[in-house]
Amino acid sequence: MIAPDRLYDLALVFAFAALSLAQILAMIRLVIGPDVADRILALDTMVVDAIGLIVLLGIAQGTEIYFEAALIFAMLGFVSTVAYARFILRGDIIE
Amino acid sequence: MSLFLVVALPFLGALLPGILNRAGRTVCAGTTFAVSLTALVGLLSNLPALLRGEVIEARVDWLPALGMNMNLMMDGLGAFFACLILGIGLLIIAYARSYLSRDDNMGEFFTYLLLFQGAMVGIVLSDNILVLLVFWELTSLSSFLLIGYWKHLPEGRQGARMALTVTGMGGLAMIGGMLILGQIAGSYDLSVILQNRDLIQADPLYVPALILILLGCFTKSAQFPFHFWLPHAMAAPTPVSAYLHSATMVKAGIFLMARMWPVLSGTPEWFYIVTCAGLITMVLGAVIGLFKHDLKALLAFSTVSHLGLITMLLGTGTAFGAMAAVFHILNHATFKCALFMSAGIIDHEAHTRDIRRLGGLRHLMPVTFVIATIAALSMAGIPFFNGFLSKEMWLEEVSHTTLFGPDWLVPALATFGALFSAAYSFRYIGHVFLGKERHDYPAHPHDPPAGMWLPPAILTVLVVVIGVMPFLAEPAVRFVTSAVLGGTAELPHEHIALWHGVTPALIMSGIAVTGGLIALTLFTPLLKLWDATPRPEAKVVFDAVIAVFVGLARIVTQRLHNGAFTQYAGILTLAIIAAGGHAWLTGESTASTREAMPINMIAAAGWLMLIVATAFLVIQHRNRLLALILMAIIGLIVSVGFAYFSAPDLAMTQISVEVVTIVLLLLALNFLPDITPSESNMGKKVRDGIVALAGGAAAMGFTYHLLMRDFVAPSISEYHLANSYKGGGGTNVVNVILVDFRGFDTFGEIIVLGIAALVIFALTEALLGGKVRARLLNRVPDKPLSGDRHPLMMVILTRVMMPLVLMVGIYIFLRGHNLPGGGFIAGLIVAIALVMQYMASGFNWANERQRYPYHGIIGTGVLVAGLTGIGSWLTGNEFLTSAYGYFRIPPMEEFELATAALFDLGVFLAVLGAVMLSLESYSRLARRAHTPDSEFPMDIDPSRDDPKTVGKGA
Repeated sequence: MIAPDRLYDLALVFAFAALSLAQILAMIRLVIGPDVADRILALDTMVVDAIGLIVLLGIAQGTEIYFEAALIFAMLGFVSTVAYARFILRGDIIE
Repeated sequence: MSLFLVVALPFLGALLPGILNRAGRTVCAGTTFAVSLTALVGLLSNLPALLRGEVIEARVDWLPALGMNMNLMMDGLGAFFACLILGIGLLIIAYARSYLSRDDNMGEFFTYLLLFQGAMVGIVLSDNILVLLVFWELTSLSSFLLIGYWKHLPEGRQGARMALTVTGMGGLAMIGGMLILGQIAGSYDLSVILQNRDLIQADPLYVPALILILLGCFTKSAQFPFHFWLPHAMAAPTPVSAYLHSATMVKAGIFLMARMWPVLSGTPEWFYIVTCAGLITMVLGAVIGLFKHDLKALLAFSTVSHLGLITMLLGTGTAFGAMAAVFHILNHATFKCALFMSAGIIDHEAHTRDIRRLGGLRHLMPVTFVIATIAALSMAGIPFFNGFLSKEMWLEEVSHTTLFGPDWLVPALATFGALFSAAYSFRYIGHVFLGKERHDYPAHPHDPPAGMWLPPAILTVLVVVIGVMPFLAEPAVRFVTSAVLGGTAELPHEHIALWHGVTPALIMSGIAVTGGLIALTLFTPLLKLWDATPRPEAKVVFDAVIAVFVGLARIVTQRLHNGAFTQYAGILTLAIIAAGGHAWLTGESTASTREAMPINMIAAAGWLMLIVATAFLVIQHRNRLLALILMAIIGLIVSVGFAYFSAPDLAMTQISVEVVTIVLLLLALNFLPDITPSESNMGKKVRDGIVALAGGAAAMGFTYHLLMRDFVAPSISEYHLANSYKGGGGTNVVNVILVDFRGFDTFGEIIVLGIAALVIFALTEALLGGKVRARLLNRVPDKPLSGDRHPLMMVILTRVMMPLVLMVGIYIFLRGHNLPGGGFIAGLIVAIALVMQYMASGFNWANERQRYPYHGIIGTGVLVAGLTGIGSWLTGNEFLTSAYGYFRIPPMEEFELATAALFDLGVFLAVLGAVMLSLESYSRLARRAHTPDSEFPMDIDPSRDDPKTVGKGA
């Protein structure tokens, strides 16, 4: 039987490792491509992972101070993805 | 009335003509007249005290640390000049009302005129030489506007430019001279400087100071060899010429020489420089003047000549010379102004100023004939007109002056000059008014309305009154002269009178007048001789000199500023490395005091990703879209890094800025090729690579060095941390720094941001108004485009998001003072919420729903921030001092209200407006002719196809 706080630590480490791995995998996708669309998706994935990392950071340090930063990443991060997508589809992103 | 008000009135009044332009020409001119009259009355209200022997002063400290104080002083000399400026100004305003045509913008004209008048009054009443210099430059600038008033005439623009260049260069020299003078005397106050004659003249820097100051005076007063700008300034409307060249602008140099007379004159340097320049100018101007066919050019050179005469009188350094100079300033102002005005009348009525096309006008324009004749006879120096009296005094002074040995040299040259002076005056009468009436005038000349002839008529009355009864003017002249002398010499005993007996002066005068008449009868052969004589054309020489300097400047700027950002970055990097290297090698450094932290897995992963993304960007930077994606990734990692290093404020700001930047760059990328062509050869690439690596290595070394040590000096962060809550009432130090500790910086920054956005707007507006518009409208996209411009999914999603994002924006704004957030971040968040609507539902749809123009939002932001700052004045504090307090409204908990929040609101609005205005401006470029704006937010909307809901709107 593992003690609860030990479990908590392990879970955190696992979560950090998983998200870091995800970031690195997204990074590999970014480099190998082959398409622009793949790379935009890689970027989007990285934004999602980044949100996770920031939240984990808050949990690990036991503070709420990072919450709003994560919120804003979540709220606005997709706008640039949308802008890239619109650029590929239409060239003009505001028309 | 306080002298401050006298000087300020024309400047304040300058706002009125422009506003009243629509109320009609008479109202406009009348208001200007009233402003000048008020200033004149205010000036005269000080006269009784002045005559009692007091010196009127008005002082207020401006920049006491620099010795620059707004000190005004009025003595006899200042009062005399101020009366001339304001009095003749009134006549000019009345004259200009009739002179300017309906096509001329009268409000603009009178605005410039009042600005000029204020600057001139400022010069003559300044007691502080630094303030005097400010006014001096203001006269150069405002006279530039006046001379170039007829912007449609190339001569007007060129003449204005030449005048500005010459007088501006002179002004620059004079700044140097005045600073030296102030250093010697230990004060920049004229009243102190004027007391230190011996100290100043004994100083080794006296000669450089003298030469620099005289350069300023000579350029302004058109003395040889800087006389050439004045005739070219004649392209100005006649009221301007009459004002600038009779009583004001060109007299500023004379004024300054008179003002400085007590300290600068009396030395051999002063005597030789000033007397020679004056004499040469006098003779040269008179000779050239005779052969000019343009009435105004003739008068211009006669002005040059008479200014030379006055300069020479001041140069002699005797008390009698100073008195003659003062008297001639008065006389010249009266007759020359009248002559310019009558030349303007002739131009106005006969539509030509060419003397060869005129003649016989005395029957057609009897009133003008009388005015012009009286003034011209005065200029010629005929008895019973005031010009005679001061010219006699000049010749009297000349007969006692010796230059370079021979006794006869100066009198002979002076008589020669006076002869030509008389000749051109006679030519003005003879060739324009006398002779046979002609039938080929360009128009039918007749006397003008009273508005135009009355002002010069008033002046000619003065000409005659002073000429016949000089004893009326004598007390005033003596009073002013005593102010010029400033106690350094005794007032001369001679009286101004018509008859002094047969003196050498009278004989010279007789020769001059007789010779002048003879010269006029021999005018045709003399003109042939003159035309055959080769002589340099000032304008050609001037243009050539300017062209050389423009060429030099071009070589320097085009070498350094060639538009390649890579080059700027290279220069900047090398300069920083060099400066840093110098500091590293010469400065002292302590041993490292800190332990390196262990590297954990997350930090290493982040670091690795940053390196990979950056390296990939370097390899792939020619593919622009990919480069942009990589930039977003780098930005993302940096934002996460900020959060990781406990700076959530920065993380939030960084990610919002990233989003806005990407949208902005994508808008621009739409018009750019996808691939950057390779332009550098291998050598350049290697060189740039070395510079880049050196810069990177230096930055790394510097950061490492700093992180391993404590700061040498206590850092300001300690102060900020200690005082954030105590002094600023907020626990978020970042925000308190932005809106409180460094609020003034922030205020400047939001103004800059607003200006940048307005410039983007103006540039795109100009682009869309020009030739590019057609090309933009007919642009064919280089890639195949998808059909659905506004997908339903996106429209719905962004609309759902909108209130959420706005709420978060407000939340972030409100909590900013105490927790991460604030106006800047909130502004960006709200801007992104709006941009989402533009992107999803289309420019047209979103713009229709946007009620407030972004310009207004920027302006409101700056205004709110500024007013918050000004508010602290009401409580007697410095600008932008913040105040806060805690309040409780039951049932809510206690909360804080701080003025800093109001300031932050200004920041919020300015950021929001600036971001939106720039994005909107850019996106306007992409409108295309063949894709009409949709009236619906969605291209494909199922509800529009449903017969039950058709017509109910989307």
